[in-house]
Amino acid sequence: MTYWTSMSTPTDLLPHLRRARDLIDNRYADDLDLEIIAQRAGVSKYHFIRSFSAAYGQTPAQYLAHRRIERAQDLLRATNLTVTEVCMLVGYTSLGSFSAKFRSLVGETPSAFQERYGGKGVPHIPGCYIFMRGLQERAISEKPSAASGH
Amino acid sequence: MITNVSLVTVYVTDQDEAKKFYTDVLGFEARTDAALGDYRWVTVGHPDHPELEVTLMVPGPPLDDEMAEAVRRALANGRMGGLGLRVDDCKKTYEDLSARGVEFPQPPSDRPYGVEAVMRDNSGNWLVLVEPKSGE
Repeated sequence: MTYWTSMSTPTDLLPHLRRARDLIDNRYADDLDLEIIAQRAGVSKYHFIRSFSAAYGQTPAQYLAHRRIERAQDLLRATNLTVTEVCMLVGYTSLGSFSAKFRSLVGETPSAFQERYGGKGVPHIPGCYIFMRGLQERAISEKPSAASGH
Repeated sequence: MITNVSLVTVYVTDQDEAKKFYTDVLGFEARTDAALGDYRWVTVGHPDHPELEVTLMVPGPPLDDEMAEAVRRALANGRMGGLGLRVDDCKKTYEDLSARGVEFPQPPSDRPYGVEAVMRDNSGNWLVLVEPKSGE
């Protein structure tokens, strides 16, 4: 049975889109081609971009970028890796485009973000929840005193 | 005095398929399977946890229609979370389950608290597998 809702994506189609989204989540660090992602969903590229955007509120490319930046935040918070190492690890080949994307989504540079966490340790939230929630932390909406309680 | 958690609910798309997956693939054991009219109560449990049952529930009453449909869509689009599971060897479990066709949004990854992977059950729930750091 097919359900149409205000979100306009049939429920039957959602598991296919889910598989494509899981592929992005699993292989975000690879050189992922939209063709391959659409193939995973088993629909044409055009139909895929439209239905994925309707279901998740982001185009596949935006979702991939958010996933990469979210993973970069995780690494910058939790590890001693340099910004360049993190950039490569999450699938960017150019530090310039990584930093620009990070700044546009988070509101500060990767280095500034890393400095805020330097030596303070990691919030004790299971990584899987952070992973499944996706990109949340943005300097733009953050209160400066938020981290002082830890 | 509350002694322990005895029942948790996991929403599934099909109780037969879910029961098969949780027993055959994940190694749970079948517990109760009882019907009351068109209402069916299916539980599974982990062999090492006799005190905890997991009820595999299809979205429906007591949820209202709108909520049930929202749960179905959340299962379908992959936003619904199921259980957190502890594993002795995350990488090995990942390999075993992958070989059996289980899909992983997140392969085993190092976390401050251990090695963690995120998998899908056959209803679309995400389940997290954690191998804690030794001593934790």
